[in-house]
Amino acid sequence: MSELTNSGTIVAENGERNTRRAFLAAAGAAGLCYTAALAYPIYRYLASPEEMALSATAVTEVTLKDAQKLPAGSVLMFKFGTAPAMLIHHEDGRWISMTAVCTHLGCTVQYEPQADRVHCACHGGVYNPYTGANVSGPPPKPLKLFKVAVNETGVLVSRA
Amino acid sequence: MTAKTMKLYDWVDERLGLRELAAFARHKTVPVHSQSFWYYWGGISLFLFLVQCFTGVLLLVYYRPGAEAYESVRQITFVMHFGWLIRSAHSWSANLMIFSILVHMFSVFFMKAYRKPREFGWLSGMALLGLAAVFGFSGYLLPMDELSYFATKVGLQIPVAIPWIGTVIANMLRGGPDVSEFTVQRFFALHVVVLPAIFVPLLAFHLWLVQRHGNAVPPSEEEKPAAERKSMPFMPNFLRKDLAMWLISLNILALLASVFPWSLGKQFDSLAPAPAGIHPEWYFMSPFEMLKLLGSVLPGESGEIVGMLLFTLGIVLWILIPFYDKNKQSGQRARAAHYFGLLAVFALLATTVIGYWTIR
Repeated sequence: MSELTNSGTIVAENGERNTRRAFLAAAGAAGLCYTAALAYPIYRYLASPEEMALSATAVTEVTLKDAQKLPAGSVLMFKFGTAPAMLIHHEDGRWISMTAVCTHLGCTVQYEPQADRVHCACHGGVYNPYTGANVSGPPPKPLKLFKVAVNETGVLVSRA
Repeated sequence: MTAKTMKLYDWVDERLGLRELAAFARHKTVPVHSQSFWYYWGGISLFLFLVQCFTGVLLLVYYRPGAEAYESVRQITFVMHFGWLIRSAHSWSANLMIFSILVHMFSVFFMKAYRKPREFGWLSGMALLGLAAVFGFSGYLLPMDELSYFATKVGLQIPVAIPWIGTVIANMLRGGPDVSEFTVQRFFALHVVVLPAIFVPLLAFHLWLVQRHGNAVPPSEEEKPAAERKSMPFMPNFLRKDLAMWLISLNILALLASVFPWSLGKQFDSLAPAPAGIHPEWYFMSPFEMLKLLGSVLPGESGEIVGMLLFTLGIVLWILIPFYDKNKQSGQRARAAHYFGLLAVFALLATTVIGYWTIR
């Protein structure tokens, strides 16, 4: 159509094209807003447990009632927030608490008193039961230690 | 289209036959006349069914059938973000779907769209309505609150009136002599597995028939010579209007679900008395009231059975209407069918009004 010599026609056509473009852009934006308004409640609904877990990880200390009675050479598994953790009462009387989530691929580790080690059955990772240091196997990082305070009613474990 | 997208289109077309589909869609037309508005209601029902599938799957994410049913619905309603909205949308959409199926059915009836060659369309549609009612009945129990408990208790008393095998049927449906967590467990299996497995293929059949025979026109249009009849292409004209109706339906649904959220009653207690003013859902009000009226008009213990027989006879006649009123000419049978339809509408409305009027 651009071969038309009447420049007025071309201007009118361009104007028409512009309003058409503006209309399509507005319609697209309205459609996006509409979709977002539908998607937002659905996202929040599906994400609810995740948000609840998030508020649970905000925990900074856990009181383990009657845990002071734990015999020497044994372990108590508990939840620190949402993740498993362990409280070890060593034969020499020391109290050690650390996270029980293997730093390799997230399996729950196990304290083995006879071997005096923390072992992960999934891929054979071994940690030091006093320091949490990764001793052998695939784990790339040590297990994090918690602070332990023992009193006559229980054991208070808190973030170091 | 640029050369690249054209090439991609060719690649897919060679394997899936897109051009055939496009050609098929181009030739499809929809009649235009004064009654064209009623053509939207099948599509609206379909849309609301899709909403049911979608919101149903979302509820399934947190719902736990059996003994924990009430607790899990309480969690969905009060703990999960927007859970109340999802549940409310599911309940409202269920009610709107039944409503639009009824509108669809009556419009088909009065346009005489069940006549040859569309008998199977009518029959499969009636089956879909029946399944939708069972969907509604089974879904109503799932929250296991007071109302759903008593509604199911009363509803499952109706088959008990069937001689000889009534009690066996009721016990089979309930999973025991009373409504319990066994009932909710099997209603759940029915609601989310068995019914969809029957409903979806039947719906596909129903839609395939619509494709095959096209939209029926009412007798007043059929009388006109072909040159005077108007139509519009399905793609994109009617589809665009159809989608606009879907959008309107979605907006009405969103408004109802958020402004009038579905409530959750107290947890059911098999020892508690029935709450005052308890009544069936609106789409069961009419059959419930008809059974009650027939039972009270006909004397004696057999009244209930005769009432049920009459009621069943009415439904059977309704289903078989394409085989009675089958001629294109508007003869005596066509008029009789029309009056039968008016009678059905009147009976439905009247018994529903009486039902709500007499709630104690």
